[in-house]
Amino acid sequence: MNYYLLIPFLPLTAFLINILFGKKYVQERAHWVSILAVAGSWIVAVFTLLKVLKGETVNEDLYTWVLSGTFEVSVGFLIDQLTTVMLIVVTTCSTLIHIYSVGYMHGDKGYYRFFAYLSLFTFCMLMLVMANNFLQLYFGWEGVGLCSYFLIGYYFNKKSASDAGKKAFIVNRFGDFGFGLGIIVIFLTFGTIYYEPVFTQIGGVAAQTISFLGYEVNLATLIALLLFCGAIGKSAQMPLHVWLPDAMEGPTPVSALIHAATMVTAGVFLLARCSPIFSLSEPAMVVAALIGAITSIFAATIALVQNDIKRIIAYSTLSQLGYMFLACGVGAYTAGIFHLYTHAFFKALLFLCAGSVMHAMAGELDLQKMGGLKKYMPVTYATMFIASLSISGVPGLAGFFSKDEILWLAYAGPSPVGKFVWAIGTIVAFLTAFYSFRLIFLTFHGEFRGTQKQEHHLHESPKSMTVPLMLLTIGAVASGWVGIPNLLGEVIGIEHSNWFSGFMNPVLGHPEAHGTHAEEWMLMGISVLAGLGGIGLAAVFYLGRRSIPVLLAQKFGFIYRILWNKYYVDELYSHTIVRPTLWISQNILMGITDAKIIELIVNGVPRAIGGVSQHLRKVQTGLLQHYAAIMATGALIIGAWILLR
Amino acid sequence: MVPLNWYLMLSTVVFMIGVFGFLTRKNIIIMFISVELMLNAVNISLVSFSHFLQDLRGHILVFFIITVAAAEAAIGLALIIALFRNKTTAHVDEMTEMKG
Amino acid sequence: MPEFVMPDLAPVMPEIVMTILALVTLIADIIFKRKETLAILSIASVVLVFFVLFGTPFKTTFNGMFIADGYSLFFKLIFLLNVVLTVLISMRYLVIERVNFGEYYSLILFATLGMMLMASAGDLIVLYLGLELMALSTYILAGFITYDMKSNEAAMKYFLLGAFASAFLLYGISMIYGLTGTTDLNAISEYIILNGLTANPVVMLSMILFAVAFSFKIAAVPFHMWAPDAYEGAPTSVTAFMSVGPKAAGFAVLGRVFLIAFGSVRMDWSAVLIPIAILTMGVGNIVALSQTNIKRMLAYSSIAHAGYALLGIIAGTGEGLASVMNYLLIYAFMNIGAFAVIIMLRTEGFKGDTITDYEGLAKSHPLAAALMLVFMFSLTGIPPTAGFMGKLYIFMSAVYAGYTWLVVVAVIFSAISAYFYLRIVMYMYMREPKESVSLAATPALGIALAITAAAVIIIGVLPSAVVSFARAAVAGF
Repeated sequence: MNYYLLIPFLPLTAFLINILFGKKYVQERAHWVSILAVAGSWIVAVFTLLKVLKGETVNEDLYTWVLSGTFEVSVGFLIDQLTTVMLIVVTTCSTLIHIYSVGYMHGDKGYYRFFAYLSLFTFCMLMLVMANNFLQLYFGWEGVGLCSYFLIGYYFNKKSASDAGKKAFIVNRFGDFGFGLGIIVIFLTFGTIYYEPVFTQIGGVAAQTISFLGYEVNLATLIALLLFCGAIGKSAQMPLHVWLPDAMEGPTPVSALIHAATMVTAGVFLLARCSPIFSLSEPAMVVAALIGAITSIFAATIALVQNDIKRIIAYSTLSQLGYMFLACGVGAYTAGIFHLYTHAFFKALLFLCAGSVMHAMAGELDLQKMGGLKKYMPVTYATMFIASLSISGVPGLAGFFSKDEILWLAYAGPSPVGKFVWAIGTIVAFLTAFYSFRLIFLTFHGEFRGTQKQEHHLHESPKSMTVPLMLLTIGAVASGWVGIPNLLGEVIGIEHSNWFSGFMNPVLGHPEAHGTHAEEWMLMGISVLAGLGGIGLAAVFYLGRRSIPVLLAQKFGFIYRILWNKYYVDELYSHTIVRPTLWISQNILMGITDAKIIELIVNGVPRAIGGVSQHLRKVQTGLLQHYAAIMATGALIIGAWILLR
Repeated sequence: MVPLNWYLMLSTVVFMIGVFGFLTRKNIIIMFISVELMLNAVNISLVSFSHFLQDLRGHILVFFIITVAAAEAAIGLALIIALFRNKTTAHVDEMTEMKG
Repeated sequence: MPEFVMPDLAPVMPEIVMTILALVTLIADIIFKRKETLAILSIASVVLVFFVLFGTPFKTTFNGMFIADGYSLFFKLIFLLNVVLTVLISMRYLVIERVNFGEYYSLILFATLGMMLMASAGDLIVLYLGLELMALSTYILAGFITYDMKSNEAAMKYFLLGAFASAFLLYGISMIYGLTGTTDLNAISEYIILNGLTANPVVMLSMILFAVAFSFKIAAVPFHMWAPDAYEGAPTSVTAFMSVGPKAAGFAVLGRVFLIAFGSVRMDWSAVLIPIAILTMGVGNIVALSQTNIKRMLAYSSIAHAGYALLGIIAGTGEGLASVMNYLLIYAFMNIGAFAVIIMLRTEGFKGDTITDYEGLAKSHPLAAALMLVFMFSLTGIPPTAGFMGKLYIFMSAVYAGYTWLVVVAVIFSAISAYFYLRIVMYMYMREPKESVSLAATPALGIALAITAAAVIIIGVLPSAVVSFARAAVAGF
């Protein structure tokens, strides 16, 4: 039976119920509909996991949507190990965040609308990961994008929110253009858009080149890079990363679900899903590794100096996504997906904790106005502390295992840039620990720095918010235990302890690593030291001598300003793309060609059609004789034309 | 014996008279009679074809056309009466409320 | 003396049953005071005919004059569906218009009987009789609101031009009969091929006259002039009825006559139909832009849709024909759905047929606005609605037949059409309501809306059942 259909269609049903009957009937009970549906999906997803563990994978077309000649579009599902991991991540995070939203969105005017969108998003994300062909993937891809824009601009009365939604939309257009082009190239090359035939035939065409813009380009590289365009747009990698920090304008549960745990990882999923294509193209792999590494260090350094609590976590997300790209780029797809899976838990947790803090602070986001919240909100403090330990790579917690595996495979793997990205990754590990604990110390320790009124308002969040936090904490601690490196496993007496890698082996293969045990121990030590060093330094700066960071900011004012302004990328785009486009359109297009050419096209065509319409309708005079005359004339013209030609 | 072509020419001429009558006259009843003229033109040609082909189908169709034309006349007159009750006119050029 | 042989009546059973039931409905009018009873009776009749239809063997009878095959079956389903939906939306509307007379329902049944005969016609005589039965009934229906000047005018224009077009059809019939000595479609085709008459001017002239008459029925430019006026003036329920039924019947005979009788002169009739199709799409879509009355706008939209459907006939393949049938079925749902919403806005003392009446409908009646949105999206052809599927299959069949350029033209006009359909959506969702609009919602109307909206979405998401049914229907053509 197609039991797995329940997974995407339960949330879809919830969406339909809420959007159709939400305003009149469901109203304040909207969360019940959505939560029950998503929880149901979660149960079926776990059931699916059990099936897949027994080795029962699914790849079938359920329904042919369009079949005309050779062009076929159908709804099909592929459920293998990779899909299952994504299913578990998406449904778990989605369920917990749905529950959390009950408390967070309480009393909001568009309560039912919020849950409707959240369920629609879950549906699209599940369709994305369960697709067995590129077009369905694209459908899910655009669907999650659409929901993301809706939800970023959820507070549409706020200008910054609607601007952020617009920015996300436009930036993603760039990426999706490449992605769409990639799918077209795939269809033209293979005559099909199904994963399976494409991946089996890709080896045969890998050596082919085609002429692209006058250059001879390897076909595999071309397809891989086009798909990669889509991935960097959705996963907010350099240079298309600018939309993600702004996306924090949306409600915090949205940031946690869409912009941390699930949607932004779709790019990584795409890379892993298309690993047979990427693996054939070394240039594409190197590009992926380098872009990932650069994004991760770039975002980590920006996060060092920001004061907006959600933006820090957003940059942290960028940085961790960079890690995942880096992993895929060095061929360690398993490690990348493993990090995706652990990251979903601790990053969603971080966001939800930030939301909890915002809730207590009545929407305040500035770290400098917080402090000492520890005693008011102990649950939030404890869970956020554990999440930060996890992201910093403290041994035993989830983040440690996945991060360590990426770094080891980057170092020991066959990639030509492996050593370089390893070095960057280690530095980033240090920076990550530093800014994560900077956030913890500034928020929860020391004296409260906000107003009296705010201090009076401080309180722990309701149960519906803290319970998901506690549940996610379990994930942030324990989710990594399915992938303990074999090296450590031997020490604690478990054989083949890197069970995750074995599980993913059928889909993603096993990465080669050439290194001795001694090297592996050494690298593990370095990354642990980097993490602990970061935490220690943050403690010295923000618990001990508060004057040090201030002094440093003054001394290295130049660097501080660069970081504070996020490397001026937004300004760079503004100056190199947005403003020149506007300038050209204003001065050259409007100034030189004036209102003639552009006006003609943009306004003239609709106006011309409107004008034609106004004239044409005069033919219809209402007089019967005219009608008959036109009919007779028509018949006469046709007759003359056919008989006299 | 009158050749077939003469009948056909008569038919064409009557048909054309009907068309021109329909296009030029304003009175609905006269326009309707013009249509009847066109139908009768067809009847002439059908009957003559039928005769020259020694085939009964043409005759049968003519009977049907006459029957349908009778029904059509009934409906047409009913519509004209309904119109006349509202507007006391049977002229098409006063029937231009809808246009454009 | 040849002895009398009873013809095989099994294939004509649906028509016989329909005739009896239409007559029963006519008599029942005298007996029943409540006219709603007649509405229910006519729906019951149609359901009965539906069951008879599926028990009918695929055969020809009356010496090939009457053909029961998959093709006619599919069209008859469209006609029966048309009756059910029209009756459902008429019941309350007739009361509001104060024309709640029983003959309305029997006229609808008789018109449908005519359409059914047209779909099954294997002979030009049957074709003509079916066409006239349909047309005469529809003329009366169009003028059903006898006290309303607009309704009189609509009926009058439709009637006179219809009679004018019939004369052209008869002239075409007489010519082809004189040339070939037969009125049987297959025999005509055989005669033309056997005697090498593919370039014969009489064949051409008669083909052109048929094209003119059928173009009139499907409201193709330049023989469409009656349509906007007749659609605007006729009672809204009748407009819904005649924008679907007679149009589909027109396509049924167009397909049968041109693909069978004139199959050997395909290149010539496609040379006639291509300019007609382009003009139809062009005029329909462009003139619709500047309309202020929604019924008139939908009249032009209906003209434009005939243009799209012509593409499938022009393709001249089985696939093209199947896609036309598929399209007409989808069109029945989305168009009657849109008219159902329009009828809902008609209340005592409020016309509700100008486009500005729709301003802010989403605020006052969100469900009605949402339904209208679905139908407008479908008429525009936005996925995942059925309208998209219909257009996609038509365009694909034309592309496979080698008419890519024609499809490009059609897509451009289709893009223009988005402007006036989505304008309604814009009015409903982005404007503030000016005056309070009340709805005349009844259970029957609700059922019609539920059927049409569900069909539009379901066919849009799961089109293959309908498409493969249409393909199978054409297979026995």
